[in-house]
Amino acid sequence: MKRVQFVKTLLLVVGVTFALALGGCSGEKEDSQSSEEGNVSQKAGEPEEGGSIVVGIPQDIEDSLDPHAAVAAGTEEILFNIYEGLLKYDENGNLIDAVASAHTASDDGKTYTFTLRDGVKFHDGSTVTLDDVIYSIERSADVGVSTSAFLNVAEINKLDDKTIEVVLAEPDTEFLCYMTTAIIPASNEDPAKNAIGTGPYKFVSRSPQENIILEKNEEYWGEPAHLDQVTLKIVSDANAIVTNLKSGAIDMYCRLTTVQAAEVESVCDIYEGTMNLVQAMYLNNAVEPLNDVRVRQALAYAINEQEVLDLTSDGKGTIIGTSMIPAFEKYYLPELADAYPQDVEKAKELLAEAGYPDGFDLTITVPSNYQPHIDTAQVLVEQLKQAGVNAEIQLIEWDSWLSDVYSDRNYQATVVGVDASVLTPKALLERFNSAAGNNFVNYQNDEYDELFAKATSTTNDEEVTESYLELERLLSEDCANVYIQDMANLVALNKDFGGYEFYPIYVMDLSKLYKK
Amino acid sequence: MKYIIKKIGTLILTLFIISFLSFLAFQIIPGDAALSRLGTDATPEQVEALREEMGLNAPMLVRYGNWLKDFVSGDFGTSYSYNMPVSEMLAGKLPITLVLTALSFLLILAISIPLGLFTGSREGSRLDRATMMANQVLMSIPGFFLGILITAVLGLGMKLFIPGAYVSYREDFGGFLYYLIFPAIAIALPKCAMGVKMLRSSVIGQLHMDYVRTAYSKGNSQHRVMYHHILKNAMIPVLTFWALTISDIVANSIIIEQVFTIPGLGSMLIQSISNRDYPVVQAIIVMVAGLVVVINFLVDLLYTKIDPRVTIE
Repeated sequence: MKRVQFVKTLLLVVGVTFALALGGCSGEKEDSQSSEEGNVSQKAGEPEEGGSIVVGIPQDIEDSLDPHAAVAAGTEEILFNIYEGLLKYDENGNLIDAVASAHTASDDGKTYTFTLRDGVKFHDGSTVTLDDVIYSIERSADVGVSTSAFLNVAEINKLDDKTIEVVLAEPDTEFLCYMTTAIIPASNEDPAKNAIGTGPYKFVSRSPQENIILEKNEEYWGEPAHLDQVTLKIVSDANAIVTNLKSGAIDMYCRLTTVQAAEVESVCDIYEGTMNLVQAMYLNNAVEPLNDVRVRQALAYAINEQEVLDLTSDGKGTIIGTSMIPAFEKYYLPELADAYPQDVEKAKELLAEAGYPDGFDLTITVPSNYQPHIDTAQVLVEQLKQAGVNAEIQLIEWDSWLSDVYSDRNYQATVVGVDASVLTPKALLERFNSAAGNNFVNYQNDEYDELFAKATSTTNDEEVTESYLELERLLSEDCANVYIQDMANLVALNKDFGGYEFYPIYVMDLSKLYKK
Repeated sequence: MKYIIKKIGTLILTLFIISFLSFLAFQIIPGDAALSRLGTDATPEQVEALREEMGLNAPMLVRYGNWLKDFVSGDFGTSYSYNMPVSEMLAGKLPITLVLTALSFLLILAISIPLGLFTGSREGSRLDRATMMANQVLMSIPGFFLGILITAVLGLGMKLFIPGAYVSYREDFGGFLYYLIFPAIAIALPKCAMGVKMLRSSVIGQLHMDYVRTAYSKGNSQHRVMYHHILKNAMIPVLTFWALTISDIVANSIIIEQVFTIPGLGSMLIQSISNRDYPVVQAIIVMVAGLVVVINFLVDLLYTKIDPRVTIE
């Protein structure tokens, strides 16, 4: 249940959820932004209520408006504004009550109770009932993509007319993360067409490959949205994104390149955060010569991450050394980023030891629709050359990547970004179990498997944390992949608007945006 | 009449072959519609179930047969990505692409006919040489680059329009037409250059014909000779070029739509290909191919109107 995430001109991916312990906001405004704070009069002004905004998005909602069936990250970031679960994430990654007004968890991690918040209304005007809640949780197990956590639900009991108790068959300390699953009315016969939720924005209409229109939910239980209307407009062409922002045809766009961001600085404020994904040159640990740890380490010694950042994104981004993102502060080991400093001589020695004194040919497969990964791969090719590795880039379409690389594991190396579908450290590490269905790098280490099993079978927080850290060290020692960075996320927002906030999960909170 | 029946027969055959080839292409390129929709999180069982549901597991010929059967009966199928009838999706997009094509074509005619006649009749004049030079430049600029220039200069610079602020024809038809003029210019200019060049040389070829001398000797003004005598004759070779231009415009508009953020057939075609949304791709390809074949057919008929000596067998 994690996934490789990516911006597929369509960002395929899923993902959302978080660890309770997770803290720390991953986003910070860029320096250029703070230098503008001189303009205090503008910034300090109360947000104006009302108005509308046009937000550019790279792809249409192509999977489904049905929140339980949606899988693409690009879809989830929009649905976040329409649907809510019993719980939801705030901008710091903490789980807060949403449709529920209170929740408790038993110490053994098996029993959870939720109290329904009074007077929460669906967008169609009906009031949320416990039956809707039960229906939604059961439906998540039936049609959901991340079904395993829901299949673990043994029973759901109504304790009174406001409270339900969810009992699990097996303990799952991360179960609350799944209670962010959308609550939808049981009476809605076709959720894929009629998007009815409880969120701060209501779905109004969509026009395929053109736009999606949302409108403020006046009856929202919490702090209502500032803007009356949001138009999500599909703009995928890199050049068109810049002209649209400059002309004011769109007011906001996320995940710009540094070049794009620099071009629109005159009309937009640029916010800088991180993507919360692990960009690496993922290696197929099962094929020659990459099945030799010395060869993998040689590759890691051959490359210089800082140079990658400097050449591809003006030095923006955070260098990482294992499959964990800095946003998970508690589980993150910054020192692993320096585990393999660039050392070409050492790389050559290791290659010679492994029986490749003259280097070898390496094909790096890269999805063609996401320029940052291609840029990174191009720098890697040059760096690898110095160590005698003759790498070449093979560009393939995202769909081909999905079937050839991800499903069939028919590749040598690939540069992509992997995120956690459910934002728990477990979600990032689970894929490296030798038996995991999504272990597309074919990593195999019995010690890793044992330690992972241990980490997930205990409810002792300290033990869990220590095990996760150890798993990360193992990935680094075995050099399962050549880790590069958690990429910078640059967001452009027209200077007429304010209120953009980064979340440590893949969402775009439209309700906080306002007109200055 | 016999000709028309024959022509319609060829049309059907052409569409049949094109649809089969595009169907075949999807068998060869890697990728899987079910996997594409479910993403990286799906289990193999889920992908398999969806493949079964989508009917992707049947042999290729069976699927093609099913598609063809539905298509002939007017059912274009259901989009994999949007789960809505393809016909409904295309109905909203077709007018955009048609209007853009028509606008571009009208622009090409409006610019290249007068300019072609003029430069042809004054070969070697200063205007002629200037036009020829401009032609060389325009012909070598790709349409999408011209589009980028237009958005930068006419849009961001001179503020004649707001790049990206496409207006739906359902909301404001005037605004819609106005917005489309700019992409139409980007599509039309390189084609105009070609059109002027062709018409010019065709006119030059006609100028020395006997019938021109006769027309002048009957006392016709130069203007009348040009438009009523020479134009008709000079048009015949150029007509084929214009017919080809239309298919070029349609192809070009796919790229130009991206530059100007127009949600037309082009954007939909590109998206549907990358999503492996075969029903949509098939419908668009057959429609575009049909359009091109029909236009060629009309051009053939036009020949007989312009030059009655031409008979079609």
